[in-house]
Amino acid sequence: MSEVNDVTKDALKKINVKEYGNLVKEMKPKRALIPDLIWAFVIGGLICLVAQFIQNQFIINGVSILDARASTAIIMIFLAALATGLGIYDILGERAGAGTIVPITGFANVIVASAMEFKKEGYVFGVGAKIFNVAGPTLVFGIVTAMLIGLIKFFLIS
Amino acid sequence: MKTDKKRGMQTIALSNPPVLAGWATIVGPKEGESPWQNYYDKILSDYMFEEDTFEKAESKILRETIKLVVNKNNLQLDDIEVFLSGDLLNQTVSSNYAARELEIPYLGLYGACSTMAESLVLASMLVDGGFYNKVIAAACSHHYSAERQFRFPVEQGVQSNPTNQWTATAAGALIVENTGIGPYITNLTVGKVVDMGQADIADMGSAMAPAAVATIKQHFADLNIPSDYYDLVITGDLGSFGMAIAEQLFIKEGIVPQPNYTDCGAIFFDKKQKVNAGASGCGCAAAMLCGPLLNMMKIGKINKLLLVATGALMSPITSFQGESIPAIAHAVAIEN
Repeated sequence: MSEVNDVTKDALKKINVKEYGNLVKEMKPKRALIPDLIWAFVIGGLICLVAQFIQNQFIINGVSILDARASTAIIMIFLAALATGLGIYDILGERAGAGTIVPITGFANVIVASAMEFKKEGYVFGVGAKIFNVAGPTLVFGIVTAMLIGLIKFFLIS
Repeated sequence: MKTDKKRGMQTIALSNPPVLAGWATIVGPKEGESPWQNYYDKILSDYMFEEDTFEKAESKILRETIKLVVNKNNLQLDDIEVFLSGDLLNQTVSSNYAARELEIPYLGLYGACSTMAESLVLASMLVDGGFYNKVIAAACSHHYSAERQFRFPVEQGVQSNPTNQWTATAAGALIVENTGIGPYITNLTVGKVVDMGQADIADMGSAMAPAAVATIKQHFADLNIPSDYYDLVITGDLGSFGMAIAEQLFIKEGIVPQPNYTDCGAIFFDKKQKVNAGASGCGCAAAMLCGPLLNMMKIGKINKLLLVATGALMSPITSFQGESIPAIAHAVAIEN
């Protein structure tokens, strides 16, 4: 029997979790979809254009198509790693989103960024242990998917 | 048993209001480009502060801020009887390592971004209760040490959300004394943890807004004062979006604080500084309090201030486990 009133409880009663969730959802600002799509298309497209140019140069100079593809991927990974180290890739990524994440350069970026970030904790427990911190899931599920598709192909062909 | 200092459910009215005898703040380079730059004691030219890791830099910022506030008041470190501090890093290492160098008796705190209010609440209770005469309350955060613990590697190309906030690189420290000249701490409201089921780690504002509103409402009810009592009611780091939500909740609860309500996180940076919804981190409320707010109180621009620092009490581990974000807010009333 106290005259004090616990307004926190009242407040929580007045607005329940679901109601609050709706309020937040209604008010939450979202990224503008159209400019995001355009930026992703333009920057992602430019990355692919550079890669295509490099591959064409290999082919013109008489490299076989398989070797040209592999060499192009290696060069693109190198360029992305360099851009990450110079602090350019994250600026591109802020604008382009999926445009910089989806190409192979995005994969190089997350690995180099992690390696740079955790170097302070040493080469074994820092770089070694955390280099695949972000890229790890891509590797795991990429390899699992490759195995499944390999199995399907194996059984379908035999 | 009813104590003579407790008011209502959660509020303490201090019987010998402790004095804020001095304050100091050091902020990072980006923070120093904000509209409040003239109010800060020191602006760093680089995020490393001549150290080799961000964690060491954060600890040094806190350590130097404490030395600065002691110097500003013509005291020695030995004069400080105990210091209370916290930060965002695991095991509150920035504060622990600062305490190692300072050799002052130390109580480490964790209240996420509400730490500045938490340390002030406890410091003023310790002084009001007659346990100590000179206590330091402090808090700090560092953008890049927080990023690596809570988010992604710095150089990773990640797109930000409009609700993202920039963890402020800043530390603030205050000397709380039993007598002297300066603004007084009069009332304290210790907040409850409120969780309204928000789980978006890119949006701390909407997780913390209900906690801030609950604490503010309880504060007014416990003390039975009108919602226009304070010159300024300022929350910690709801950011511009969290602040908009809080304003909606105020209207729902019928306690719109008048004439002024704002949020440290929402006004910490200039809009041109590209920080999405604003600033966050222990250092956000700490730097705003020890920079602009208390200096404005000193010249009488603000006479009655209610600081409601807010904290999102989550970790990346609990978030991945699907937990929602619990939040807390403590209120500290400072009056001339």
